[in-house]
Amino acid sequence: MARLKFLCDSDRCIECNACVTACKNEHEVPWGINRRRVVTINDGRPGERSISMACMHCTDAPCAAVCPVSCFYTTADGVVLHDKDLCIGCGYCFYACPFGAPQYPRLGNFGGRGKMDKCTYCAGGPQEDNTRVEYTQYGSNRLAEGKLPICAEMCSTKALLAGDGEIIASIYRERVQTRGYGSGAWGWRTAYRTTVGA
Amino acid sequence: MRALRFLLLALALGISAPALAQEGTPRGVVSAEELEAATMRQGGMISGRVTLPDQAAANLIQPAGQAWRDFHNRTLTWVGGVAILGMLGVLVVFYLTRGRIRVEGGLSGRTIPRFNLLERANHWMVATSFIILGLTGLNLTFGRFLLLPLVGPETFTAISEAGKIAHNYLSFPFTLGIVLMLLLWVKDNIPNRLDIEWFKQGGGLIGKGHPDSKRFNGGQKMVFWLTILGGGAVAVSGYLLIFPLQGTTVADMQLAHTVHALVGVLMIAAMLAHIYIGSIGMEGAFDAMGSGQVDLNWAKEHHNLWTQEQLAAGRVSGIPGAEAKPAE
Repeated sequence: MARLKFLCDSDRCIECNACVTACKNEHEVPWGINRRRVVTINDGRPGERSISMACMHCTDAPCAAVCPVSCFYTTADGVVLHDKDLCIGCGYCFYACPFGAPQYPRLGNFGGRGKMDKCTYCAGGPQEDNTRVEYTQYGSNRLAEGKLPICAEMCSTKALLAGDGEIIASIYRERVQTRGYGSGAWGWRTAYRTTVGA
Repeated sequence: MRALRFLLLALALGISAPALAQEGTPRGVVSAEELEAATMRQGGMISGRVTLPDQAAANLIQPAGQAWRDFHNRTLTWVGGVAILGMLGVLVVFYLTRGRIRVEGGLSGRTIPRFNLLERANHWMVATSFIILGLTGLNLTFGRFLLLPLVGPETFTAISEAGKIAHNYLSFPFTLGIVLMLLLWVKDNIPNRLDIEWFKQGGGLIGKGHPDSKRFNGGQKMVFWLTILGGGAVAVSGYLLIFPLQGTTVADMQLAHTVHALVGVLMIAAMLAHIYIGSIGMEGAFDAMGSGQVDLNWAKEHHNLWTQEQLAAGRVSGIPGAEAKPAE
């Protein structure tokens, strides 16, 4: 079985935000929620880097560890998913997540956080694959169709890589070797407890 | 020159320069791994700029979530479990050794008003909301271990979701009640010399005798201030959590939750003792919050100075001179 991961090569990301847009479009993500976002650090200063970030589908995921209703599960491919029928919108996963991935549609008044929404690695949810009900709750299930996440698939500079952790890490290492530099894989130490050395 | 650039970069990122300068990569690039490790050590956050309206999204990595996870999953479970089960254990042992505290002189059949309708209504408003807030709060921490295996995920979600809504809305009567409680009772709850004596004598709970007491004794004053200060703390931290990211950051919310949860479980443990002594633990005590009228002998024993004042004011009812009934 593969261990699916994301890797953003920040030496390639040009902050075009196409991954953000593609994700929103693919899954019809509600207004106000962005499953993926591009953060620019050191904006306008030396060492400026843009990083596309979403749920990293962590090893030993903090969200799952703190969820009071245990609505998270990890698939055989290492994708961290959750069951919106069980989620109560308490916000705990948001406190625990290192990447700010969990978001909540605002429902009603104060405290009216709706069911949590986050990146599914284009793998849907616990409902039957590629059904209407799965699409409504989680968006499309590209993984079940044999495709990789849309954000990485259509990245114009191929900065964002999705796929088996070992394969994308070796692609990244090859790039770093060829071009002679690389600032590393953002979030890998936090999410997977590994780093991608050149 | 390169060293200077590193220094500026490090300062800009708010992390220590030597950590970075040692790990220099070509082109003055900050290594993601190093930055993450440094941020993790310092409990900081890696953030930048986003073009989204939601500025909270500008935080790239916040490793502090790990510390909060550790608090929630380990510290809180232990502190809460030990405090609550420990208090239950203490109460059981106390009941078995001391038994129910009787009115030594027996019930007189004459009563004296202790709490008026407003005081009682407010007490029960706070009490009922506190019990529901406490149970729904405990459910969020312990429910997945205790209740979830019993009722199954769907039912547990239904309970927890209703619990979350109840928890949010009952915070309002609870907070209102705490404020009223402060206004109604603060004048009788200012600590004084009598309280020191009361605690020295173990409040009459341990050992014999009844230390002098006005309207509220040292123990009751402790419950009062715990309710006011603890209740205030859970209210403030709770409202910060009810309105997520309204003037707060994730770190603030983690802190708010930590305070909320710790004060919450400690208050639950303390209130177990309060409930015990106000019901099965002491004969005649419940009437104070039940009918609002307490037996004269109970009042004389537990609040002698206050009773003298009340008697002097002629606030006693019942058959004058009626003989005391034997206690059950």
